[in-house]
Amino acid sequence: MNGLLAAMRPDSWNFPLLVHAFGAMLLVGGLFASAGITATARRDVGFLRLGYWALLAVALPGWVIMRIGAQWIYNKEGWDELPDDLIPDWLGIGFFAADVGGLVLLVSLIVGGIGVYRLRTGGGAGLLRATLVLSVILLAAYVVAVWAMSGKPG
Amino acid sequence: MLALHVLSAFSLVAGIITFWVLIVAVRRTDTPEGTLRMGPVSRLANAVIGIGMGGTIILGIWLAFSVGGYDIWDWWILGALVLWVIAAALGQRAGNAYLQSVKKAQELEAAGQTGPNAELLALNRTSDGVVLQVLVSAVILLIILDMIWKPGA
Repeated sequence: MNGLLAAMRPDSWNFPLLVHAFGAMLLVGGLFASAGITATARRDVGFLRLGYWALLAVALPGWVIMRIGAQWIYNKEGWDELPDDLIPDWLGIGFFAADVGGLVLLVSLIVGGIGVYRLRTGGGAGLLRATLVLSVILLAAYVVAVWAMSGKPG
Repeated sequence: MLALHVLSAFSLVAGIITFWVLIVAVRRTDTPEGTLRMGPVSRLANAVIGIGMGGTIILGIWLAFSVGGYDIWDWWILGALVLWVIAAALGQRAGNAYLQSVKKAQELEAAGQTGPNAELLALNRTSDGVVLQVLVSAVILLIILDMIWKPGA
């Protein structure tokens, strides 16, 4: 059924959907790369920095592109004209993951940024491990969001 | 099933992005230890690429047969299958290009040479590997465009 609905999607929705999906893939890819690199860094300062830069240079732009695409397709599909109680669950899950997730991403970037700064004086590894934990939580949340957005439960 | 198919695509792209981060990082690496340090992350990236490639093709074919309105011989589905095969072949060649530097790093380490090595740096900066990775990324982007626009559907 979802496939048929997708086939009926007007062409004018495709580009905003591409922007949204491309941003989401960058975001998830950046989070995965950052988490993988930081998790295997142990005490390697260069690797801890690399993990943080993956979050800053890949995941953050991905989040911005994903969120712009989300709002664009939301308006195109006319969801903004519906009352809140008619908004389906999958859309609510997507917005929750995008907005709360964006806040968590911002916190992890600030915590990680302080961690990277402190690496110069031999500290900061603990803060970067906290960034790793937040990245893994975000990854899990975005897996649920991707499942909700593509499976469209409810 | 569609959700799992899309999650597989995300897994594949996550692996490709991780390799991009490693490709950028390894360009400044001239020691065997630094090169081999990328091993655990690259194995992780390979694993999610494997899950992504397998999941997208198996679930994609299953969806083509099970979802009404679509057929396996639809042009956009045939196009995606051809692009998937091209991406797999290019990805394997990209991996082989970077395997040269891993082998060199292992040889140097076995010989007790732990310092910077110009030949290793040159292998880590392989232009073939970068070009192949660009091509893989472009083909995957084409598949995403094909999946969204579904030309001919």
